[in-house]
Order: sequence, then structure tokens, then C-alpha cells
Amino acid sequence: MSENGFAHEVDVTVIVNGERVSRRVDARRHLVDFLRLDVGLTGTHTGCEHGVCGACTVQVNGDVVRGCLMLAAQADGAEVWTVEGLSDNGSLDALQKAFVERNALQCGFCTPGMLITAADLLARDAKPSREEIREHISGNYCRCTGYEAIVDAVEMAAGTRAGATQAGGGSQ
Amino acid sequence: MKPAQFAYARAKDLPHALALWAEAGEDAQILAGGQSLIAGLGLRLADTPALIDINHVPDLAGVTESGDRIRIGAMTRHAELARNPLVAEHAPAIAEAAPLIAHPAIQARGTIGGSLAYADPAAEFPACVVALDAELVVQGQGGERRIPAADFFLGLYETALEPFELLTAIEIPKAGRRRQTVQELVRRHGDYAIVGIVLAADVQGDTLGAAKVVYFGVGDAPVVAEGAARALEQGDVSAALKALNDDLDPPGDLTGGPETKRHLARVILQRAINALRAQ
Repeated sequence: MSENGFAHEVDVTVIVNGERVSRRVDARRHLVDFLRLDVGLTGTHTGCEHGVCGACTVQVNGDVVRGCLMLAAQADGAEVWTVEGLSDNGSLDALQKAFVERNALQCGFCTPGMLITAADLLARDAKPSREEIREHISGNYCRCTGYEAIVDAVEMAAGTRAGATQAGGGSQ
Repeated sequence: MKPAQFAYARAKDLPHALALWAEAGEDAQILAGGQSLIAGLGLRLADTPALIDINHVPDLAGVTESGDRIRIGAMTRHAELARNPLVAEHAPAIAEAAPLIAHPAIQARGTIGGSLAYADPAAEFPACVVALDAELVVQGQGGERRIPAADFFLGLYETALEPFELLTAIEIPKAGRRRQTVQELVRRHGDYAIVGIVLAADVQGDTLGAAKVVYFGVGDAPVVAEGAARALEQGDVSAALKALNDDLDPPGDLTGGPETKRHLARVILQRAINALRAQ
């Protein structure tokens, strides 16, 4: 990161899934493209690229954010978790099992974003109602399932979680 | 969907941000939450030679209390506004509006200052600050000045901010006994409103004292419904609904024609009155 002035290329260091990653990126590089193209983590998907579909949802410093509405340059010094890291550390275990169990995906394109958004909800509220689940995932589009199975799966994971140890997002 | 090239700088404090802006020129843009700006740049609806990132400027975020007002830093994010106890107590309309804006991932990044400076006519916060008689604190090279919210929104995406002036804080008189509500009609939660309203008043029996009736989504800026407000102060709801015919002149847009919007404006005025009385 250039300390004070403007730059078209920016040096960034980001903690991605617990690992320090340094790259030089275009100032205009979206965080999601940084993760996919510069770091090689293609689990986070690029959908609409203007903040509507939710396929690029990742965790930044504990918050769910749109990877297409944040620049990689802005993530310098931040801690980012993607579906890869949250899968590897077990944070998404209950949700992933429930998604498989309930057939909550067909093509799977929306699934990484859905999982991260659902994990964010369950970290805030261990027993959300179906209405609250719908509300929370309302910014994540699925073109296959009609959402019913996804809501089922999140509800099921919440049930699983009630007796389980805290399995919130990796950076929470 | 990828933005054109631009330069980026991260401001370390407010004087630095203003200096960077002066250096980059008037077309450079301030990057606050970025939830509209970065989308606009990607769609090439916006174009800028340089972005000045103010996310790391100290003291621009957070809510403080001072005398009979609360002060909301411009970089305070929607998610924080939705859960902040000072906001809930002293500016409940802001707390009620925040969860209506888009979705959790947007609320985690979007800022109230960004929303006000962007001045989308269908957005919630511009109407809120007008209805709550807020003062907007702005900082330029020449120093600080204050702009009443009622004078801030000049038109479509147009505000009273001068070139190189940065919105730093919003000061809102504490609600005290006044009640506030935000109501909106949307096809899906999180969308921009088809029609929305912010109503604030001293509720005394049937009368709504010193009523403020401010609509969003019915013009090119927040629209103050003066006639309806005067009627509500007399406790005359049907006169207020009739007054909306003169108060509002909504242009049609993708969400509906003028007559649809007029009808929906009456519907939500009644809902807002009911909500206020039920508080």
C-alpha cells in the first residue's frame, strides 16, 4: 500500500483464511476478483458484479460483505474468510450437511454465498424463524431451488447447532 | 462490469482526505461505504479519475450524545445504526430505517453519510434527516459549515455540497416526547421504495403536533408534505389525505405511474399515523 498518495497499482496484504497473502493489484480490482484470480480461491463466485445477487459474499473482519462492492485495495490489512477457509475449519459443517440432506442446491452457483450468509445469521441468532431466515438470505439469489429447500436446510442446521458447540464464522 | 482504471488513495485523516481531493481534482470521488459507488463504477454509470478512501479516517464513525442532540459520524454504517442504543432512543426513525436498506452484506458496509451525499430520491435516510430537522456538518478546505437537512437535497443526486466539501457528521435533535416512524412499500424487502414516508410528531390525542411528513420515492428529492402536516396538527386525517393531492406531484417510474404513487402515498400516510398512535 502506498502510504500517502494515489496509485493505480496498490500493494496489499490480506489475511485470507488465516494465511497472509501479499499481492500488487490494480486499484480497480474487486475483492472477489482478487480472491479468485490473484489468490486462486474460486469458491467465491462472481455473479452480477453489482451487488445484487450475493454469489460473491465473503467475510471481512467478521462482517459479511459483497466481494464485488469492495476493492482489493480496501482489504489491505483486513482478515478475509471465504467458503474454502470456513469449510476447512469446520465452521460450515452443520450447514453443509443440511444443504446436502435437504437438496438445498442444484447448480450450486449461489451456494458459497448462501452458506456464508446463513452462517452469519446463525452466529447472531441460533434459532431463527423461517421468516427471519428468508429475510436474512433475501440478498442472495438462487435460480434453481425456489429457496424452500434452502430455508429448510438453514432451519435444520439451526436445530443441529442448538446442541453443538459454537461453530460460528472463522473470524468471529 | 469491471470499472475503468482509476487511482486509489487511503486517507489517514480528514486534512489528508481534503488534500488528496484537491490534488486529484473535482472529479475524484470520496469512497465511503462504496455500496452504490463501486456498483456504479462497475456499470460505468460513474466514472472517476481517483478514489479517496475515507474508511480509515479516525472519528468519522460512531454516535455520540451532546446536550439536546445526537451526533452521528458520516461513516457510521447501517448495521451499527440499527443496533446503536443512542440512535434507538433519540432518533428512532433512523434505527427503523436502517434495516430497510438492502441486505445484511450491504448494511455491513453502507454508511449514512454516503447515502446522504449520494442523495438517491428513493432512499430512506435523506427523508429521515429532513423529517428529524437534522443539521449536516460538512468540512471543506475553508473550514466547517452546517447545512439544515431541509436545504441539503437540491434534486436528483444533487446536494448543497460544494466541490471539495465532505460530509462529516449528522446532528439530530433528540426525539424527546416526539414520536417517529418510517413506512415504505416495496415489492421485495431491501428494494428501493415505490413510496416511503417518514412521520414525526408530538402525539396528543387525535392531534399530531408540529407534524413533519416527508416522502421518498415520489420526486427527485425528499418531498415535504406541508398541507398534510397542517391538517394532522388539527387532527383531521381525511383533510391530510386530501392535502396530499396538492403536496405531491409524483412522476411515474418503473415502480408505478403517478396515480398509483398518489394512492400508495395515502395508504402509507394512514399506516404511519396508526404506527405513531400505537407507539
